Amino acid sequence: MGNVLVYIETADGQIAPISFELLGAARKLAGALGGEVEALVAGEAGAAQLGGADTLIQVQHPLLTPYVPEAHVAVLADAVRTRNPQVVLVGNTSVGIDLAAGTAAATGRPLVSYCLGLEVEGGAVVARSQLYGGKIVATTKTEAPAVFAVVAGSFPEAAGRSGGKGQRVDVDPPAALSALRMRFVSSAAPGGEGVDITKAERLVSVGRGIGGPENIELAQELAKALGAEIGASRPVCDSGWLPKARQVGKSGMTVKPKLYFAVGISGAPEHLEGMRDSELIVAVNSDANAPIFKVAHFGTTCDLFDLLPALTERLKAKAG
Amino acid sequence: MHIAVVLKQVPDLVEELEIDSGGKDIDRSFVKMKLNEFDDHALEQAVLLKESGGAKVTAVAIATEGIDQVLYAAKARGADAAMKVEAGEGVLDSRRAASAIAETIKQLAPDLVLTGVQAADDLFGQTGPYLAAVLGWPHVSVVSGVELGGGTVRVHQEYSGGRTAMLEVDLPAVIGVQAAPQPPRYVPVSKLRQAMASGALDSTSGAPASAPAGVAVAGLAKPESGRGAEMLSGAAGEVADRIAALLAERGLARG
Repeated sequence: MGNVLVYIETADGQIAPISFELLGAARKLAGALGGEVEALVAGEAGAAQLGGADTLIQVQHPLLTPYVPEAHVAVLADAVRTRNPQVVLVGNTSVGIDLAAGTAAATGRPLVSYCLGLEVEGGAVVARSQLYGGKIVATTKTEAPAVFAVVAGSFPEAAGRSGGKGQRVDVDPPAALSALRMRFVSSAAPGGEGVDITKAERLVSVGRGIGGPENIELAQELAKALGAEIGASRPVCDSGWLPKARQVGKSGMTVKPKLYFAVGISGAPEHLEGMRDSELIVAVNSDANAPIFKVAHFGTTCDLFDLLPALTERLKAKAG
Repeated sequence: MHIAVVLKQVPDLVEELEIDSGGKDIDRSFVKMKLNEFDDHALEQAVLLKESGGAKVTAVAIATEGIDQVLYAAKARGADAAMKVEAGEGVLDSRRAASAIAETIKQLAPDLVLTGVQAADDLFGQTGPYLAAVLGWPHVSVVSGVELGGGTVRVHQEYSGGRTAMLEVDLPAVIGVQAAPQPPRYVPVSKLRQAMASGALDSTSGAPASAPAGVAVAGLAKPESGRGAEMLSGAAGEVADRIAALLAERGLARG
């Protein structure tokens, strides 16, 4: 039977949006494969919300919460071995890197990562994946059974919220949980200034193109004139130019402000994932082919060191 | 404490990429290659651990064109040894690359392996988890910050929403580094020259044991351009005028 198994990702006990996307994608794939949609919940999660699954597989064990990657890989790999789904879907998220490759390796199944689209063709799955920072899309054909890691934002969430049979099975945890080689020590919320950029209506976001920490002030001046908060891309936070709490993207915050003003951000897929639904996106970047211009409404390749002061001055004049 | 860092080059994404005539790979004849930025952070993390706690660092890479320069630069930055893995011609997928590198890692028998968390061309999953699976070692990806303990490492794993957790991992282990606690250091040319003069790189042969990924690439394409931005051109002053105007129209110009 051509079942599709979805790993349900949770954060702070809440089901992550990617999980609903995957359930929706799974419904279509299962239909084409003549199978059902199975959802794997490792640890605690709101089962009532998982109406998109035909079978909810629940595995409970004290070591599954808080999240420890090895424990979740063990549970997922065990479910794949015993239930033999033809397709396994995992989010191509921060936790998905461990889970997808770990499970594929443990079960000897092929893995296709960075998936944007999935279709069944005969007994095979045709996937479209973004490669090279979103500059190339690869189409692959993989004979099932196989594992696919799906980029967040590729499928609508709504399709995965209902339509399943809603059966529930409790499964014993795998023996591997008694021999884990890693342990949870502590967790931390994003630190730094107590700022919450997800609440900001306007964001001026800074990327590597700003050149160095000494130039951040230019963006701060603009932000001040706009009544905006400062955000940043991952390299800027990794370099310590701005605190981690201001990071937009996959390993940072997902934001949907009324204005997203991107300064010197090329737009890696991991960044676009966190801001593409902003109402108005204006981007300044020296490379006319930068992916940020694919999601921006307005763009310019104007030198940011000339443009930012000029724009700040005009906005100040208007406000004054 | 012996730390192995796995390095590889990827196309520089600042450059425009073209698809070759076969349609299944990028045109590699003119593409500029650079050290994968996450591998760069993994190397920095390894050197930081060496500096703080005393460790031997070995840089390991599959032999590809231009890799000597990468390995010499790693030595100039603080790696004690560099090992090139001769794995034959052609571009290896991440699973096969991991199986080739695993043989060398077994010989080196390090306590800790650091890799970059991901690479922009790893269509078939990332090297680190596969390497860990072949070695039978624990693995954690998306790590920013590694601290050495006695027989263990403590790593900070990042999750979406900016949350992090500290995990304690038994050694030996494979860690996928997202970011080192400080930006990768600059290599002065004099140090690079010194590293190049200090002797040849070590090399081993390591043909991949595993079969190809089982995934057939049907074709590559440039992404559909989608909606795309309306581009504003002109001098900075003119562009600033237009942006100020369009923000004002939408009620976004004032705080």
